[in-house]
Amino acid sequence: MVGLHKSDFKNPVVRWIDQRLPIPSMLTKEYAEFPTPKNFNYFWNFGALAMVCLVVMIVTGIFLAMHYTPHVDYAFDSVERIMRDVNYGWLLRYIHMNGASMFFIVVYIHIFRGLYYGSYKAPRELLWILGVVILLLMMATAFMGYVLPWGQMSFWGATVITNLFSAIPIVGPDIVTWLWGGFSVDNPTLNRFFSLHYLLPFVIVGVVFLHVVALHITGSNNPLGIEPKGPQDTIPFHPYYTIKDSFGLVIFLIVFAFFVFFAPNFMGHPDNYIPANPLVTPAHIVPEWYFLPFYAILRAVPDKLGGVVLMFASIFVLFVLPWLDTSPVRSMKFRPLARPFFWVFVAACLLLGYCGAMPAEGIWVVLSRVGTAYYFLYFLVILPVLGKLERPLPLPASISQRVLGGGPVPAAAASKPMEKA
Amino acid sequence: MRMLRLALAAAALAFAAPVHAAGPSVAIPSQTWSFGGLFGTFDRASAQRGFLVYKQVCASCHAMKQLAYRNLEGIGLSEDEIRAIAADVMIKDGPNDDGEMFERPGRPSDRFRSPFPNVQAARAANNGAYPVDLSLITKARENGANYLYALLTGYRENPPAGVEPMEGMHYNEYFPGHWIAMAQPLWPDMVDYPDGTRATIEQMARDVTTFMAWAAEPELEQRRAMGVRVILFLIVLAGLTYGVKRKIWADLKH
Ligand code: HEC
Ligand code: HEM
Repeated sequence: MVGLHKSDFKNPVVRWIDQRLPIPSMLTKEYAEFPTPKNFNYFWNFGALAMVCLVVMIVTGIFLAMHYTPHVDYAFDSVERIMRDVNYGWLLRYIHMNGASMFFIVVYIHIFRGLYYGSYKAPRELLWILGVVILLLMMATAFMGYVLPWGQMSFWGATVITNLFSAIPIVGPDIVTWLWGGFSVDNPTLNRFFSLHYLLPFVIVGVVFLHVVALHITGSNNPLGIEPKGPQDTIPFHPYYTIKDSFGLVIFLIVFAFFVFFAPNFMGHPDNYIPANPLVTPAHIVPEWYFLPFYAILRAVPDKLGGVVLMFASIFVLFVLPWLDTSPVRSMKFRPLARPFFWVFVAACLLLGYCGAMPAEGIWVVLSRVGTAYYFLYFLVILPVLGKLERPLPLPASISQRVLGGGPVPAAAASKPMEKA
Repeated sequence: MRMLRLALAAAALAFAAPVHAAGPSVAIPSQTWSFGGLFGTFDRASAQRGFLVYKQVCASCHAMKQLAYRNLEGIGLSEDEIRAIAADVMIKDGPNDDGEMFERPGRPSDRFRSPFPNVQAARAANNGAYPVDLSLITKARENGANYLYALLTGYRENPPAGVEPMEGMHYNEYFPGHWIAMAQPLWPDMVDYPDGTRATIEQMARDVTTFMAWAAEPELEQRRAMGVRVILFLIVLAGLTYGVKRKIWADLKH
């Protein structure tokens, strides 16, 4: 099929472009007219929020990079120069610093949304897998970003985490030397981390693009977990969800701004305002809060290699989740047995996060083990078995039927905008 | 306000508090600070007195290399005062055209002069202990301002009964592990305050803490003022956006 694209645009300039490069048509189709289930709740806002976070991180990051010096002797001071001497440098840095936390909060909520409403099930398996890839890339990016200011936690966090690879039999120590570019975390390490920290966000952009393309093939899931049966079940993305997402975005920005302006170091660790010192080990080395559940899993296992394997497994299990959950019903709304197990799973993740922040001794180790056991049990046993045992509640015939409460439209419901508007 | 605090405390319980519960330290008593809370600002007079304390006491051991003399405008010193303060110290500069290093009086653009040329010299002069740079001290310690105040007022002449004295170390109620290499730095009336304030240990500790809180976060007042405006703007915007959303969704016929 060669030849000009058939364009519906009236404006001659847009039309001329659209005939040769049909991006305006594509955008209209995928973002303006895109038929979207009409019953989203605000949990469907978090994908858009994550996108905003990514853009914010890239923009602030690029400006930080203009003033930052990736050298062990200057990195810490260059960040302080940003804070003190660069015009609004403190704002840039605090947005970037807290933006990373906000990004993870948003993405974690986005993921739990998917877990609750079964968004990972067919036909959205690949969409889900791409999401897990994004999570992994974000973790790598944030980990390396945290090393850049070269404070005590930067240095010791990097040392502890890179050392994990030494648990790999035979080649482990060589891999660690290769990662470090030397025999300890030092200038070569800082340099490559900066380089990768600059690169990976753009890789994330690429994977996010694929994630969205996949989304537009299958269409969105929705709180009922049933596919739209026809045009009566969907509304165009614009203006309905553009405005709803905008409202959610402003609320999100209020929370974000509160941290940036009034508690910018609340989620950080004071030790990272001490310049890195390879000779002084901090009393407790703790990663950023968003890694704590994984850190707890790592330390729940007495054997180093076992801990590392379990930690990585805790993410990789997400890749195969679409095939572990045997229930044909997506939304937990209609899964009376699975729902309580889901909430216990959420509690287990929070418990793991808490344990990750505590010293690995006494009761905390026990609790970490309980949390870890439940984490894997949920994916590997509970979800596969429940799908077979459970008798789900009857599903509504369609989204509209559910929204209107079945029968004829009562006057009150008809004049009320939307279920969850 | 109370709700905010509650929410924050809840969030702290959820993930941050345990991160910071490090070391065998004692509970630090909380003080009221001019810069505390969500909207506090630095007490300029106290910060200026605190600078005197730093200059006359702490500066003989501790550097504050992130600060330049010109920054002192932030605590309300005039340009002339700053020029005089800077000119009081000799700064090593160079090399000159003959390749020699030389000393010259300080300028407002110079960083605070460090008492020692390097870490080794600092240690050598302090029995092997390193007097840390104080530029960021209130951010670099958990509960920074309260901790600093507690540390400076927490010296005890004799350790509690049953605790063995340590050669060359000093007992402090609040230092993690109690034995600190820094001898009690503040003694009554050791600084002459030009404004007539009595220089008790508590007063000097309070003033120098205010000064160091400013030094660690010189942007604090600007940040909070901007935050108020940004958040008010966002709240109005949220109201408007919600109104528009209601209107658009009202059109939706099922
Ligand atoms: C005679 C030199 C000397 C003077 C004067 C001095 N200090 Fe220190 N200071 C030290 C040394 C040495 C240490 C390191 C102590 C240690 O590691 O045990 C130290 C440590 C500290 C610490 C770090 C405590 C910690 O939590 O690690 C602070 C804060 C501090 N001093 C503040 C001050 C302040 C404020 C003043 C001025 C009022 C001051 N010092 C005056 C020598 C001094
Ligand atoms: C996925 C997006 C990103 C995430 C999650 C992320 C995360 C982080 C984190 C956690 C820090 C440490 C903050 C601190 O404690 O100071 C950091 C620092 C930094 N980042 Fe990023 N970042 C992202 C994108 C970028 C991009 C695209 C750039 C540059 C082009 C960048 C440049 C920097 C620089 C220069 C620093 C060091 C300055 C500082 O510490 O404030 N970042 N990043």
